[in-house]
Amino acid sequence: MGLAKWILRRLAIFFVSLALASVLIFGVGELLPGDLATVILGDGATPEALQRLREQLGLDRPGVVRYFEWVGGMLTGDFGTSLLSRRPVAEQILMKFPVTFWLVVLGMLVALILAVPVGMVAAIRRRHADGFAASALSQVGLAIPAFWAGIIGIYLFAVQLRLLPANGYVPLTSSPLQWLRHLVLPVIALAIVQAAVIARYVRSAIIEVLTEDYYRTARAIGWRQFPALIRHGLRNASLSVVTVLGLQFSTLFVGAIVIESVFTMPGLGTMLLQAVSQRDMIVVQGTVMLLVFIVLVINALVDLSYVVLDPRLRSREAS
Amino acid sequence: MTQRFSARVLVAVVAVAGLLLSACTTSGSPGANGSANGNGKAAQTTLSVGATASPSTLDPTINNAAAIPQVVLYNVYETLVKLDAEGQLKPLLAQRWDVSADNKTYTFNLDPAARFASGRAVAAKDVVWSFERIKNSDTTTSAVKGQMGPVDTVRAVDDKTVEVVLKNPSNLWLFDMSSTAGIILDSETTADLANSTAGSGPFQLKDWIPNSSVTLEKNPNYWGTPARFNEVTFRYFTDPNAMNAAMLAGDLDIISNLQAPAALPQFSDTNRFKVVEGTTNGEIVLSMNGRSEGLKDVRVRQAIRHAIDKKALRDTVWAGKGELIGSMAPPTDPWFEDRTGDFPFDQDKARALLAEAGVQNLRLRLRVPTLPYATASAQFIQSQLREVGIEAEIDQLEFPARWLEVVHTNADYDMSIVSHVEARDFVRFANPDYYFHYDSEEFRRLVAEADAGPADQQAPKLKEALALLSRDAAADWLFLLPNLVITKPNITGVAQNANTLSFDLTTIAAG
Repeated sequence: MGLAKWILRRLAIFFVSLALASVLIFGVGELLPGDLATVILGDGATPEALQRLREQLGLDRPGVVRYFEWVGGMLTGDFGTSLLSRRPVAEQILMKFPVTFWLVVLGMLVALILAVPVGMVAAIRRRHADGFAASALSQVGLAIPAFWAGIIGIYLFAVQLRLLPANGYVPLTSSPLQWLRHLVLPVIALAIVQAAVIARYVRSAIIEVLTEDYYRTARAIGWRQFPALIRHGLRNASLSVVTVLGLQFSTLFVGAIVIESVFTMPGLGTMLLQAVSQRDMIVVQGTVMLLVFIVLVINALVDLSYVVLDPRLRSREAS
Repeated sequence: MTQRFSARVLVAVVAVAGLLLSACTTSGSPGANGSANGNGKAAQTTLSVGATASPSTLDPTINNAAAIPQVVLYNVYETLVKLDAEGQLKPLLAQRWDVSADNKTYTFNLDPAARFASGRAVAAKDVVWSFERIKNSDTTTSAVKGQMGPVDTVRAVDDKTVEVVLKNPSNLWLFDMSSTAGIILDSETTADLANSTAGSGPFQLKDWIPNSSVTLEKNPNYWGTPARFNEVTFRYFTDPNAMNAAMLAGDLDIISNLQAPAALPQFSDTNRFKVVEGTTNGEIVLSMNGRSEGLKDVRVRQAIRHAIDKKALRDTVWAGKGELIGSMAPPTDPWFEDRTGDFPFDQDKARALLAEAGVQNLRLRLRVPTLPYATASAQFIQSQLREVGIEAEIDQLEFPARWLEVVHTNADYDMSIVSHVEARDFVRFANPDYYFHYDSEEFRRLVAEADAGPADQQAPKLKEALALLSRDAAADWLFLLPNLVITKPNITGVAQNANTLSFDLTTIAAG
């Protein structure tokens, strides 16, 4: 029963956040100076022509009316039509989404692959040189901005060694090999900072486990260090790591936007940046809304995973 | 125990790295363009071209962005007449044309072989439809509408003959018909022209990923010399460094226009790259708002022209590339005259002119778009104007949206810097409502006379008009953007001068 009530409350928070975000996103779009009609007609447009186009595009109608049309449309999956390209926004998002999706998912995966071992070594061997080196490595990782890592990667592996493409993207469906080759550099650039952050959390979580009684007991009765950690410590350590992963997903999306433009990849990020500079607000609003939605879903899943991983929280939250 | 654990971690890390790297070494040819440069023998059937601004629609008549004609003009869509590399009008869809004695009636005979990609013959009704679409539709831009403005009537005399009657004689009109306004569309198409193409050119649209790439494929029904490539992809880069990296990595065959001349030395290896240097139509204009209080006095504007060392500016901000012009015409126009001598760099003269005008402590708002040449030039100009006692306050405005609104639409500025890339755009100065707000009866008269008078009087009249523009210091002309094209060594036929809006693929070949 407690769980059902908890889920209901969580859902309420979710929808209220979504509604607030929509107002905010639409409002910012309204306040941004510069307008689409000017961008379309460009150099040489007369004020009358601009006015005519604004009327035709429906930009002269009150903001409130347009807001409700926009929200109403999104509820039925209609994100509107870009006034600039005259293509449905949903279609454009669907076209660009895979690029960002793969960047984020593979970025997270590579970050985990790098972070978990480094974090564990840093914790277990924290009084030894190798453990210290692992800690130092994650500090260095934190200090490297993703765009810089990307530029260095391009210079070394694309321009100098000519092993990998410098930029661009090939869909998985058209050539899995080319797809992978185009993703290697951006994913690694994106994963470095993430890995450093996660490694630090893994390290402190493991250190905490190492000082727990149950771990010392396991060791005392003859378990070796690694199996003891896996068997008794991982579930406890994973709680705090999952929190971080949830938070890191949002920063990964932001990082992906930067990486997409460094590597000129046709994802949501590059689409968003161009749409902003051209004042194609309906594209901006739809894309940002989708990103907010994804982040909120991930946060909800993180909360849910607490409850699953730690039953004590469930009763406390629900009471 | 712990040692064994670390070793296992190391093995895992190495395994992952190995997996990732193995993907890199399995493929020999760089990039996805399938070029056969590695072994040299097989003919190259695809071409990959790097460009900067990406099109937001494929219909050049509904959006003014230069990125659209860059891809579609002459490649996908054809015009009645075409401008060649020497600036001469040549037959394209019109096999020949006659002009009446009063210079008002044009009769075009269409090439009987001409066909659209759909296979249907290009007919007179298509010309009528295309012209009337521009004249009557609300969605066509004011630029193309203006170019179609002189047309009074257009009618099909028979299936292959079109008669166009102008309201007044216009020497510029036929020239304008060689660009976007003159594109002939398939009038029977049901396609959405913003998202697909229906032309008569050697290529047709294959694939378009907005903001990212446009891929053209060979039109199998092409009526003229067939395209030399099965596929051409224009790839778009907002960051010039990213485009250079792609070229250096071997992913591109051509950089259509190098955006940062300082990067030229990167392409100095003649075994790997070829550099084509020429001119464009892009005059970088330091505009001076004619309605601005501080700039009304012609002596102030002349002082500004004297105060700025254009050669040093070009050497500093554009690595010495680009021609100095002195007025609103590129050297590829028949009426070009080097007018840089009108206002040689002379700061004493500038100070004297300002004193004569009684101007002290002049502050001017220099509002520039966030474009590399504009922001760099602004810094340079600020320091030179300071030497003669003018304080230029630089405001950077995001391009295009903010700049268009503040400078272009609202004219809320004193000086700005932007390159005007359209051909024969000196006519802009003849419109006092245009953001320059240059208001000269005499200039307007000269331009109108050049347009309406006999064709052989056009160039002399325009020379006179452009000299007036220069002496009046209607603006300052910083330099002409250079055309810097980088290609792989096997690419030939790239036009040296970019005198149209098209990146013309019809002359390009890969050896």
